[in-house]
Amino acid sequence: MTETFISWGMDPNWAWGVATICGILLIALPLMLAVAMIIYADRKIWAAIALRRGPNVVGPFGLLQSFADGLKVFLQETIIPSGANRGLFLIAPIITFTVALMAWAVIPFNSGAVLADINVGLLYILAVSSLGVYGVVLSGWASNSKYPFFSAMRAAAQMISYEVSIGFILVCVVLYADSFNLNEIIKAQQGHGLGIVNAFGFNLLLFPIAVIFLIASLAETARAPFDLTEAESELVAGYQTEYSSMAFALFWLGEYANVLLMATLNAILFWGGWLPPIDWAPLYAVPGIIWLFAKILFFFFVFSWVKATVPRYRYDQLMRLGWKVFLPISLIWIVLISGWLMLTRYS
Amino acid sequence: MIQLIAFYLFATIVIASAAMVIFARNPVHSVMWLILAFFNAAGLMLLAGAEFIAMLLVIVYVGAVAVLFLFIVMMLNIDFAELRAGFVRYLPLGALVAVILAAELIFAVGAWNAGGVDLAARAAPVVTDKSNIEQLGELLYTKYIFLFEAAGLVLLVAMIGAIVLTHRERGGVRVQNVSAQTRRRPGDATRLVDPGSGQGVEL
Repeated sequence: MTETFISWGMDPNWAWGVATICGILLIALPLMLAVAMIIYADRKIWAAIALRRGPNVVGPFGLLQSFADGLKVFLQETIIPSGANRGLFLIAPIITFTVALMAWAVIPFNSGAVLADINVGLLYILAVSSLGVYGVVLSGWASNSKYPFFSAMRAAAQMISYEVSIGFILVCVVLYADSFNLNEIIKAQQGHGLGIVNAFGFNLLLFPIAVIFLIASLAETARAPFDLTEAESELVAGYQTEYSSMAFALFWLGEYANVLLMATLNAILFWGGWLPPIDWAPLYAVPGIIWLFAKILFFFFVFSWVKATVPRYRYDQLMRLGWKVFLPISLIWIVLISGWLMLTRYS
Repeated sequence: MIQLIAFYLFATIVIASAAMVIFARNPVHSVMWLILAFFNAAGLMLLAGAEFIAMLLVIVYVGAVAVLFLFIVMMLNIDFAELRAGFVRYLPLGALVAVILAAELIFAVGAWNAGGVDLAARAAPVVTDKSNIEQLGELLYTKYIFLFEAAGLVLLVAMIGAIVLTHRERGGVRVQNVSAQTRRRPGDATRLVDPGSGQGVEL
């Protein structure tokens, strides 16, 4: 994009700045729209599984429901509890929302269609997603109320636990792809399975950790069955209890942007990102972004499906799964995969 | 030029927020200032051309260590009324922090695009034909592998020591045995009986 602006006779530095801002808007605005529609989709899928109709009043098939909700929330009064720590109380939702958007900077939507094509892209995503916990923890503490505080404690422990095994799983992918750059990781998956299929997930050695990554990403985004941070039967609404109006909406948007990000990461790291599933020339005629979106939507459907069908975990079971099941398995898998690669690729 | 501005911006904020860690009266605010200091240190690393270290700094210190600090500090019993007495309203402060963070992001990326700080100005000479990760990997895992493993061993001993010191055996705790639960079948737990009238069921 920078080249286009330079060709229009702009100073290179300015062209870079303008192109970056355009790129940010080009990602953030459709993302917000996608979040609005995905909330609608989530509610519809959930309703269909529970044999209900779901939102069907606002607009055709209820398509405008999220926008109506957004408008309602926008018109509400922002209430700040008198005992709350004002500054942190207001900063917390902003952190959640900003962090949820920041990670999208390194996501490749097509070959070369990425805002910041940095070498440490995967580490950047890990770094940014580890910041997400601050929004929850700070809101819980700053609310100065019992239930949000419990929720914040749970969130901090839960996210740290699952980040550890997510980190190890990413190491496995990096070992196979030989790069931290997300575009390179996708390109390494081309014809990975016997030259026929384009995905690490079809590799028998990588499939188990692809499944673990899917489950861990449910836990990392605090979606059902790991939504203990907002378990309504125990904690009212968890860390969001004291929030209203736009502050609440920011949590809401950030949460779903995170869910979309995790679905995207699943698609990129294990299922070929913008590559078609089969390495067959006519399939490349379809733009890569469509393949990526199809994969993202598939994983989002899996997320909603799980939300509608699986009961919530108990807290000690959640910790057991993270530390005693996922962590040892992912550790063993690193040894297994590096051994296999030493044997086949580097000997 | 932009690198120089970025350097002084990062360096000033590191020192200022490090001072605020000590001066802030609310321990939670102290931790927040500490996080800001970590962030700026990561910015300095970026300027030095060590993007890998910068990312690790954010992941390890901001993402894990500071969360644990916050975890502990949040549970302290703080008297808010007393704390608030001498404090101005936080909103302008929050806005200031947000503006500084945004400016830093722009500076960091701008400086990144403009290339690292002049090679001669660096403390250590840099091999430019390899990426950060490769250089670190070569040093840690090839050249200094035994020292690296020795360090790992020391950490392992420290970890086991911490567990031994804090672990205590508690009697009478009923722990869930997941495999026993999943192995359990209806036949193990239920019995179908057909008692005649006037007769009870033996439990």
